[in-house]
Amino acid sequence: MDVEIPAGQIAVLLGSNGAGKTTLLRILSMLTQPDAGTIQIYGFDTSTNGPSVRAVTGAALHSPMLYSDMSIRENLEFFAGLYRLDSVSNLIEKTSNKVGISERLDQRVRTLSHGYQKRVALARSLMHNPSLLILDEPDSGLDSLSVGMLDTIINEHRASGKTVLFTTHLLDHALEIADRAVVLDRGRVLIDSTNPESERDAILDAYARQQSLSGAANA
Amino acid sequence: MRDSLAIIWSIGRKDLLLEIRNKDVVVAVAGFALLVLVIFTFAVDLSQDNAKLVGPGVLWAGIAFAGVTGLNRAFSLEVEGNTLEGLMLAPISRDLIYLGKALGNFLFIAVAQIIVIPVFAVLFNLVVFRWEMLAIALLTTFGFASVGTLFAAMSVRVRAREVMLPLLFLPVVTPLLMAAVESTGHLVNGRSWGDMAQWLQLAAAFDVAFLVVSAFIFQHILED
Repeated sequence: MDVEIPAGQIAVLLGSNGAGKTTLLRILSMLTQPDAGTIQIYGFDTSTNGPSVRAVTGAALHSPMLYSDMSIRENLEFFAGLYRLDSVSNLIEKTSNKVGISERLDQRVRTLSHGYQKRVALARSLMHNPSLLILDEPDSGLDSLSVGMLDTIINEHRASGKTVLFTTHLLDHALEIADRAVVLDRGRVLIDSTNPESERDAILDAYARQQSLSGAANA
Repeated sequence: MRDSLAIIWSIGRKDLLLEIRNKDVVVAVAGFALLVLVIFTFAVDLSQDNAKLVGPGVLWAGIAFAGVTGLNRAFSLEVEGNTLEGLMLAPISRDLIYLGKALGNFLFIAVAQIIVIPVFAVLFNLVVFRWEMLAIALLTTFGFASVGTLFAAMSVRVRAREVMLPLLFLPVVTPLLMAAVESTGHLVNGRSWGDMAQWLQLAAAFDVAFLVVSAFIFQHILED
Protein backbone atom coordinates (compact mmCIF):
# COMPACT_ATOMS: atom_id res chain seq x y z
CA MET A 1 0.00 0.00 0.00
CA ASP A 2 1.36 3.42 -0.95
CA VAL A 3 -0.96 6.29 -0.11
CA GLU A 4 -0.23 9.96 0.46
CA ILE A 5 -2.91 12.22 1.88
CA PRO A 6 -2.17 15.95 1.66
CA ALA A 7 -2.96 18.20 4.62
CA GLY A 8 -6.39 19.78 4.62
CA GLN A 9 -8.26 16.87 3.05
CA ILE A 10 -11.07 14.67 4.25
CA ALA A 11 -10.18 11.12 3.27
CA VAL A 12 -12.42 8.10 3.69
CA LEU A 13 -11.34 4.46 3.78
CA LEU A 14 -13.92 2.09 2.36
CA GLY A 15 -14.20 -1.67 2.28
CA SER A 16 -16.14 -4.46 3.91
CA ASN A 17 -15.16 -6.11 7.19
CA GLY A 18 -11.63 -7.46 6.99
CA ALA A 19 -10.52 -5.03 4.28
CA GLY A 20 -7.88 -3.57 6.61
CA LYS A 21 -9.46 -0.21 7.41
CA THR A 22 -9.30 -0.51 11.18
CA THR A 23 -5.85 -2.06 11.08
CA LEU A 24 -4.58 0.86 9.02
CA LEU A 25 -6.14 3.37 11.42
CA ARG A 26 -4.65 1.55 14.42
CA ILE A 27 -1.22 1.62 12.76
CA LEU A 28 -1.57 5.34 12.06
CA SER A 29 -2.65 5.88 15.68
CA MET A 30 0.44 3.92 16.77
CA LEU A 31 -1.56 1.29 18.62
CA THR A 32 -0.43 -1.50 16.29
CA GLN A 33 3.02 -2.03 14.84
CA PRO A 34 3.23 -2.46 11.07
CA ASP A 35 4.97 -5.63 9.85
CA ALA A 36 6.92 -3.61 7.30
CA GLY A 37 7.11 -0.22 5.60
CA THR A 38 7.29 3.36 6.78
CA ILE A 39 4.65 5.89 7.78
CA GLN A 40 5.13 9.63 7.97
CA ILE A 41 2.61 11.95 9.57
CA TYR A 42 3.25 15.68 9.12
CA GLY A 43 6.89 14.90 8.42
CA PHE A 44 7.41 12.73 11.50
CA ASP A 45 8.38 9.10 11.01
CA THR A 46 6.13 7.07 13.29
CA SER A 47 8.85 4.53 14.11
CA THR A 48 11.22 7.14 15.55
CA ASN A 49 9.03 10.05 16.67
CA GLY A 50 6.22 8.40 18.59
CA PRO A 51 5.32 11.20 21.02
CA SER A 52 5.63 13.90 18.30
CA VAL A 53 3.32 11.96 15.99
CA ARG A 54 0.79 11.35 18.76
CA ALA A 55 0.86 15.06 19.65
CA VAL A 56 -0.44 16.00 16.18
CA THR A 57 -2.87 13.07 15.95
CA GLY A 58 -6.28 12.64 17.52
CA ALA A 59 -8.06 9.30 17.30
CA ALA A 60 -11.52 8.05 18.15
CA LEU A 61 -11.60 4.36 17.32
CA HIS A 62 -14.17 1.59 17.88
CA SER A 63 -13.86 1.54 21.66
CA PRO A 64 -14.44 4.88 23.42
CA MET A 65 -11.40 4.23 25.70
CA LEU A 66 -12.96 6.04 28.65
CA TYR A 67 -12.91 5.35 32.39
CA SER A 68 -16.46 4.31 33.10
CA ASP A 69 -16.34 5.18 36.80
CA MET A 70 -15.19 8.72 36.14
CA SER A 71 -17.40 11.54 34.93
CA ILE A 72 -17.08 13.00 31.43
CA ARG A 73 -15.35 16.04 32.92
CA GLU A 74 -12.91 13.90 34.93
CA ASN A 75 -12.08 11.84 31.84
CA LEU A 76 -11.46 14.94 29.72
CA GLU A 77 -9.40 16.58 32.49
CA PHE A 78 -7.29 13.46 32.83
CA PHE A 79 -6.56 13.17 29.11
CA ALA A 80 -5.95 16.94 28.83
CA GLY A 81 -3.29 16.47 31.52
CA LEU A 82 -1.59 13.77 29.46
CA TYR A 83 -1.52 16.16 26.48
CA ARG A 84 -0.16 18.93 28.77
CA LEU A 85 -2.90 21.33 27.68
CA ASP A 86 -3.47 24.74 29.27
CA SER A 87 -6.78 26.37 30.29
CA VAL A 88 -8.34 22.94 30.62
CA SER A 89 -11.70 24.15 31.98
CA ASN A 90 -12.27 26.48 29.04
CA LEU A 91 -11.11 23.83 26.62
CA ILE A 92 -13.50 21.24 28.05
CA GLU A 93 -16.36 23.72 27.89
CA LYS A 94 -15.58 24.64 24.28
CA THR A 95 -15.08 21.04 23.09
CA SER A 96 -18.09 19.68 24.95
CA ASN A 97 -20.28 22.38 23.39
CA LYS A 98 -18.95 21.42 19.98
CA VAL A 99 -19.86 17.73 20.36
CA GLY A 100 -23.04 18.36 22.36
CA ILE A 101 -22.15 16.82 25.70
CA SER A 102 -22.01 19.93 27.89
CA GLU A 103 -25.24 19.11 29.72
CA ARG A 104 -23.91 15.88 31.16
CA LEU A 105 -20.32 16.77 31.98
CA ASP A 106 -20.60 15.58 35.58
CA GLN A 107 -22.32 12.32 34.76
CA ARG A 108 -20.30 9.12 35.00
CA VAL A 109 -19.44 7.53 31.67
CA ARG A 110 -20.89 4.19 32.83
CA THR A 111 -24.38 5.72 32.76
CA LEU A 112 -24.14 7.03 29.18
CA SER A 113 -25.45 5.36 26.03
CA HIS A 114 -23.02 4.00 23.46
CA GLY A 115 -23.70 6.91 21.11
CA TYR A 116 -23.06 9.43 23.87
CA GLN A 117 -19.83 7.69 24.84
CA LYS A 118 -18.74 8.01 21.21
CA ARG A 119 -19.31 11.75 21.43
CA VAL A 120 -17.15 11.91 24.56
CA ALA A 121 -14.44 9.95 22.76
CA LEU A 122 -14.69 12.44 19.90
CA ALA A 123 -14.31 15.30 22.38
CA ARG A 124 -11.21 13.63 23.81
CA SER A 125 -9.70 13.28 20.35
CA LEU A 126 -10.43 16.95 19.48
CA MET A 127 -9.26 18.63 22.68
CA HIS A 128 -5.64 19.11 21.62
CA ASN A 129 -6.70 20.40 18.19
CA PRO A 130 -4.91 17.65 16.24
CA SER A 131 -3.60 18.20 12.72
CA LEU A 132 -4.73 14.69 11.79
CA LEU A 133 -8.06 13.43 13.08
CA ILE A 134 -8.54 9.66 12.79
CA LEU A 135 -12.09 8.34 13.17
CA ASP A 136 -13.08 4.70 12.92
CA GLU A 137 -16.76 4.42 11.98
CA PRO A 138 -17.64 7.58 13.91
CA ASP A 139 -21.23 7.42 12.67
CA SER A 140 -22.01 3.94 14.00
CA GLY A 141 -24.53 4.12 16.84
CA LEU A 142 -25.25 7.81 16.24
CA ASP A 143 -28.69 9.24 15.47
CA SER A 144 -29.19 11.47 12.41
CA LEU A 145 -28.83 14.64 14.49
CA SER A 146 -25.47 13.45 15.82
CA VAL A 147 -24.33 12.48 12.31
CA GLY A 148 -25.09 16.06 11.22
CA MET A 149 -23.02 17.37 14.14
CA LEU A 150 -20.21 15.01 13.14
CA ASP A 151 -20.26 16.34 9.56
CA THR A 152 -19.99 19.89 10.89
CA ILE A 153 -16.98 18.97 13.03
CA ILE A 154 -15.26 17.19 10.14
CA ASN A 155 -15.89 20.10 7.78
CA GLU A 156 -14.67 22.65 10.33
CA HIS A 157 -11.54 20.60 10.81
CA ARG A 158 -10.83 20.64 7.10
CA ALA A 159 -11.65 24.37 6.87
CA SER A 160 -8.90 25.06 9.41
CA GLY A 161 -6.37 23.31 7.13
CA LYS A 162 -6.31 20.05 9.03
CA THR A 163 -6.75 16.50 7.84
CA VAL A 164 -9.47 13.97 8.64
CA LEU A 165 -9.17 10.28 7.89
CA PHE A 166 -12.19 8.14 8.66
CA THR A 167 -13.92 4.89 7.86
CA THR A 168 -17.61 4.27 7.41
CA HIS A 169 -20.09 1.85 5.92
CA LEU A 170 -22.40 4.71 4.89
CA LEU A 171 -21.11 4.88 1.34
CA ASP A 172 -23.28 7.64 -0.12
CA HIS A 173 -22.74 9.90 2.85
CA ALA A 174 -18.97 9.31 2.74
CA LEU A 175 -18.72 10.23 -0.93
CA GLU A 176 -20.64 13.45 -0.28
CA ILE A 177 -18.23 14.82 2.31
CA ALA A 178 -14.88 13.27 1.38
CA ASP A 179 -12.21 14.85 -0.85
CA ARG A 180 -10.54 11.51 -1.21
CA ALA A 181 -11.82 7.94 -1.18
CA VAL A 182 -9.66 4.85 -0.87
CA VAL A 183 -11.21 1.40 -1.28
CA LEU A 184 -9.20 -1.31 0.45
CA ASP A 185 -9.22 -5.06 0.04
CA ARG A 186 -7.27 -7.16 2.54
CA GLY A 187 -4.64 -4.47 3.01
CA ARG A 188 -4.30 -3.52 -0.67
CA VAL A 189 -5.60 -0.39 -2.40
CA LEU A 190 -8.25 -1.23 -5.00
CA ILE A 191 -8.96 2.37 -5.96
CA ASP A 192 -7.62 5.70 -4.73
CA SER A 193 -9.88 8.49 -5.93
CA THR A 194 -9.02 12.17 -5.55
CA ASN A 195 -12.42 13.20 -6.84
CA PRO A 196 -15.01 10.93 -5.25
CA GLU A 197 -18.05 12.81 -6.50
CA SER A 198 -17.14 12.59 -10.19
CA GLU A 199 -15.64 9.09 -9.84
CA ARG A 200 -18.58 7.83 -7.86
CA ASP A 201 -19.42 4.99 -10.24
CA ALA A 202 -15.83 3.71 -10.32
CA ILE A 203 -15.68 3.79 -6.52
CA LEU A 204 -19.02 2.00 -6.15
CA ASP A 205 -17.84 -0.56 -8.68
CA ALA A 206 -14.56 -1.11 -6.79
CA TYR A 207 -16.49 -1.35 -3.53
CA ALA A 208 -18.86 -3.97 -4.98
CA ARG A 209 -15.87 -5.85 -6.41
CA GLN A 210 -14.14 -5.73 -3.01
CA GLN A 211 -17.24 -7.12 -1.33
CA SER A 212 -17.45 -10.02 -3.77
CA LEU A 213 -13.69 -10.69 -3.41
CA SER A 214 -14.02 -10.57 0.35
CA GLY A 215 -17.06 -12.86 0.24
CA ALA A 216 -15.20 -15.33 -1.99
CA ALA A 217 -12.17 -15.28 0.30
CA ASN A 218 -14.33 -15.92 3.37
CA ALA A 219 -16.19 -18.76 1.61
CA MET B 1 11.28 16.62 34.25
CA ARG B 2 8.43 18.50 35.94
CA ASP B 3 6.10 17.57 33.08
CA SER B 4 7.07 13.91 33.40
CA LEU B 5 6.43 13.92 37.15
CA ALA B 6 3.08 15.63 36.56
CA ILE B 7 2.06 12.91 34.09
CA ILE B 8 3.18 10.09 36.40
CA TRP B 9 1.22 11.68 39.25
CA SER B 10 -1.77 12.23 36.98
CA ILE B 11 -1.94 8.51 36.09
CA GLY B 12 -1.35 7.45 39.71
CA ARG B 13 -3.99 9.90 40.99
CA LYS B 14 -6.49 8.64 38.42
CA ASP B 15 -5.95 5.07 39.65
CA LEU B 16 -6.39 6.27 43.21
CA LEU B 17 -9.65 8.04 42.34
CA LEU B 18 -11.01 4.89 40.66
CA GLU B 19 -9.90 2.81 43.64
CA ILE B 20 -11.64 5.13 46.09
CA ARG B 21 -14.83 4.66 44.07
CA ASN B 22 -14.55 0.92 43.45
CA LYS B 23 -12.41 -0.33 46.36
CA ASP B 24 -11.42 -3.29 44.20
CA VAL B 25 -7.72 -3.56 44.89
CA VAL B 26 -7.12 -2.44 48.49
CA VAL B 27 -9.99 -4.53 49.85
CA ALA B 28 -8.75 -7.60 47.94
CA VAL B 29 -5.12 -7.18 49.02
CA ALA B 30 -5.84 -6.31 52.65
CA GLY B 31 -8.56 -8.96 52.95
CA PHE B 32 -6.39 -11.72 51.51
CA ALA B 33 -3.37 -10.80 53.66
CA LEU B 34 -5.49 -10.60 56.82
CA LEU B 35 -6.95 -14.04 56.08
CA VAL B 36 -3.43 -15.49 55.77
CA LEU B 37 -2.46 -13.94 59.11
CA VAL B 38 -5.57 -15.21 60.87
CA ILE B 39 -5.15 -18.74 59.48
CA PHE B 40 -1.55 -18.86 60.69
CA THR B 41 -2.48 -17.73 64.18
CA PHE B 42 -4.57 -20.90 64.40
CA ALA B 43 -2.14 -23.15 62.52
CA VAL B 44 1.03 -22.30 64.44
CA ASP B 45 1.75 -22.33 68.16
CA LEU B 46 2.41 -18.63 68.68
CA SER B 47 4.60 -18.59 71.74
CA GLN B 48 6.78 -15.46 71.86
CA ASP B 49 9.79 -17.27 70.37
CA ASN B 50 7.73 -18.95 67.65
CA ALA B 51 6.02 -15.69 66.74
CA LYS B 52 9.37 -13.99 66.27
CA LEU B 53 10.58 -16.91 64.19
CA VAL B 54 7.64 -17.40 61.84
CA GLY B 55 5.86 -14.03 62.07
CA PRO B 56 8.00 -12.07 59.56
CA GLY B 57 7.74 -14.85 56.98
CA VAL B 58 3.96 -15.14 57.38
CA LEU B 59 3.55 -11.36 57.12
CA TRP B 60 5.52 -10.89 53.92
CA ALA B 61 4.39 -14.09 52.23
CA GLY B 62 0.80 -13.03 52.95
CA ILE B 63 1.38 -9.55 51.51
CA ALA B 64 3.17 -10.96 48.45
CA PHE B 65 0.37 -13.42 47.63
CA ALA B 66 -2.29 -10.81 48.33
CA GLY B 67 -0.38 -8.28 46.23
CA VAL B 68 -0.67 -10.58 43.21
CA THR B 69 -4.46 -10.41 43.48
CA GLY B 70 -4.40 -6.63 43.53
CA LEU B 71 -1.88 -6.30 40.71
CA ASN B 72 -3.99 -8.54 38.51
CA ARG B 73 -7.07 -6.44 39.14
CA ALA B 74 -5.35 -3.07 38.71
CA PHE B 75 -4.18 -3.83 35.19
CA SER B 76 -7.17 -5.83 33.99
CA LEU B 77 -9.37 -2.75 34.58
CA GLU B 78 -7.30 -0.81 32.04
CA VAL B 79 -7.59 -3.58 29.47
CA GLU B 80 -11.30 -4.32 29.97
CA GLY B 81 -12.27 -0.74 29.09
CA ASN B 82 -9.52 -0.43 26.45
CA THR B 83 -8.33 2.58 28.42
CA LEU B 84 -4.74 1.36 28.17
CA GLU B 85 -5.02 2.23 24.47
CA GLY B 86 -6.35 5.64 25.48
CA LEU B 87 -3.13 6.15 27.45
CA MET B 88 -1.10 4.89 24.48
CA LEU B 89 -2.66 7.53 22.21
CA ALA B 90 -1.27 10.33 24.37
CA PRO B 91 2.00 12.01 23.35
CA ILE B 92 3.93 10.62 26.30
CA SER B 93 6.67 8.04 26.37
CA ARG B 94 5.55 4.56 27.35
CA ASP B 95 7.80 4.47 30.42
CA LEU B 96 5.73 7.27 31.97
CA ILE B 97 2.66 5.05 31.65
CA TYR B 98 4.60 2.32 33.45
CA LEU B 99 5.74 4.66 36.21
CA GLY B 100 2.22 6.04 36.66
CA LYS B 101 0.72 2.56 36.91
CA ALA B 102 3.52 1.48 39.28
CA LEU B 103 2.81 4.52 41.47
CA GLY B 104 -0.86 3.52 41.66
CA ASN B 105 0.05 -0.05 42.60
CA PHE B 106 2.55 1.21 45.18
CA LEU B 107 -0.17 3.32 46.82
CA PHE B 108 -2.68 0.43 46.86
CA ILE B 109 -0.27 -2.04 48.45
CA ALA B 110 0.96 0.63 50.89
CA VAL B 111 -2.61 1.41 52.00
CA ALA B 112 -3.30 -2.33 52.41
CA GLN B 113 -0.16 -2.59 54.59
CA ILE B 114 -1.38 0.23 56.82
CA ILE B 115 -4.29 -2.08 57.64
CA VAL B 116 -2.39 -5.38 57.70
CA ILE B 117 0.76 -4.53 59.72
CA PRO B 118 -1.05 -3.32 62.89
CA VAL B 119 -3.27 -6.44 62.80
CA PHE B 120 -0.11 -8.55 62.42
CA ALA B 121 1.41 -6.81 65.47
CA VAL B 122 -1.67 -7.62 67.55
CA LEU B 123 -2.17 -11.22 66.37
CA PHE B 124 1.49 -12.18 66.74
CA ASN B 125 2.03 -9.96 69.78
CA LEU B 126 5.18 -8.42 68.30
CA VAL B 127 6.57 -4.89 68.51
CA VAL B 128 6.88 -3.59 64.94
CA PHE B 129 6.11 0.11 65.25
CA ARG B 130 9.60 1.46 64.74
CA TRP B 131 11.04 3.62 61.96
CA GLU B 132 12.88 0.58 60.64
CA MET B 133 9.52 -1.03 59.81
CA LEU B 134 8.59 1.98 57.71
CA ALA B 135 11.82 1.63 55.71
CA ILE B 136 11.30 -2.12 55.24
CA ALA B 137 7.68 -1.67 54.18
CA LEU B 138 8.45 1.16 51.75
CA LEU B 139 11.37 -0.64 50.10
CA THR B 140 9.44 -3.90 49.79
CA THR B 141 6.28 -2.25 48.48
CA PHE B 142 8.31 -0.27 45.96
CA GLY B 143 9.86 -3.49 44.64
CA PHE B 144 6.51 -5.32 44.56
CA ALA B 145 4.95 -2.45 42.63
CA SER B 146 7.76 -2.07 40.10
CA VAL B 147 8.07 -5.79 39.30
CA GLY B 148 4.35 -6.48 39.67
CA THR B 149 3.31 -3.71 37.28
CA LEU B 150 5.59 -5.10 34.59
CA PHE B 151 4.40 -8.69 34.98
CA ALA B 152 0.76 -7.62 35.28
CA ALA B 153 1.14 -5.87 31.92
CA MET B 154 2.78 -8.97 30.44
CA SER B 155 0.15 -11.39 31.67
CA VAL B 156 -2.98 -9.26 31.32
CA ARG B 157 -3.76 -10.42 27.79
CA VAL B 158 -3.08 -14.07 28.58
CA ARG B 159 -6.17 -16.19 29.12
CA ALA B 160 -4.81 -17.79 32.31
CA ARG B 161 -3.54 -14.51 33.74
CA GLU B 162 -4.54 -15.37 37.33
CA VAL B 163 -2.09 -18.26 37.15
CA MET B 164 0.52 -16.57 34.98
CA LEU B 165 1.12 -13.51 37.16
CA PRO B 166 2.12 -15.35 40.37
CA LEU B 167 4.27 -17.75 38.33
CA LEU B 168 6.20 -14.81 36.90
CA PHE B 169 6.08 -12.48 39.90
CA LEU B 170 6.86 -14.62 42.94
CA PRO B 171 10.17 -16.18 41.78
CA VAL B 172 11.51 -12.78 40.74
CA VAL B 173 10.63 -11.05 44.03
CA THR B 174 12.17 -13.85 46.13
CA PRO B 175 15.34 -11.81 46.94
CA LEU B 176 13.13 -8.90 47.98
CA LEU B 177 10.98 -11.19 50.14
CA MET B 178 14.11 -12.60 51.77
CA ALA B 179 15.34 -9.08 52.52
CA ALA B 180 11.94 -8.10 53.97
CA VAL B 181 11.65 -11.26 56.10
CA GLU B 182 15.22 -11.09 57.40
CA SER B 183 15.11 -7.40 58.27
CA THR B 184 11.69 -7.77 59.91
CA GLY B 185 13.16 -10.71 61.84
CA HIS B 186 15.92 -8.43 63.15
CA LEU B 187 13.34 -5.79 63.97
CA VAL B 188 11.07 -8.03 66.06
CA ASN B 189 14.15 -9.29 67.91
CA GLY B 190 14.93 -5.71 68.92
CA ARG B 191 18.08 -5.32 66.85
CA SER B 192 19.26 -2.01 65.38
CA TRP B 193 19.62 -0.49 61.89
CA GLY B 194 23.18 -1.83 61.62
CA ASP B 195 22.04 -5.44 61.87
CA MET B 196 19.53 -5.13 59.07
CA ALA B 197 21.54 -2.74 56.90
CA GLN B 198 22.71 -5.36 54.44
CA TRP B 199 19.14 -6.58 53.87
CA LEU B 200 17.84 -3.05 53.39
CA GLN B 201 20.65 -2.39 50.93
CA LEU B 202 19.73 -5.54 49.04
CA ALA B 203 16.11 -4.37 48.88
CA ALA B 204 17.14 -0.90 47.71
CA ALA B 205 19.44 -2.32 45.02
CA PHE B 206 16.65 -4.66 43.87
CA ASP B 207 14.22 -1.73 43.66
CA VAL B 208 16.50 0.50 41.61
CA ALA B 209 17.57 -2.29 39.24
CA PHE B 210 14.05 -3.56 38.61
CA LEU B 211 12.55 -0.10 38.24
CA VAL B 212 14.97 0.75 35.44
CA VAL B 213 14.77 -2.65 33.72
CA SER B 214 10.96 -2.84 34.04
CA ALA B 215 10.43 0.66 32.61
CA PHE B 216 12.54 -0.32 29.60
CA ILE B 217 10.84 -3.68 29.02
CA PHE B 218 7.35 -2.22 29.53
CA GLN B 219 7.69 -0.07 26.40
CA HIS B 220 8.28 -3.18 24.30
CA ILE B 221 5.37 -5.02 25.89
CA LEU B 222 3.00 -2.18 24.97
CA GLU B 223 4.32 -1.99 21.42
CA ASP B 224 3.64 -5.71 20.97
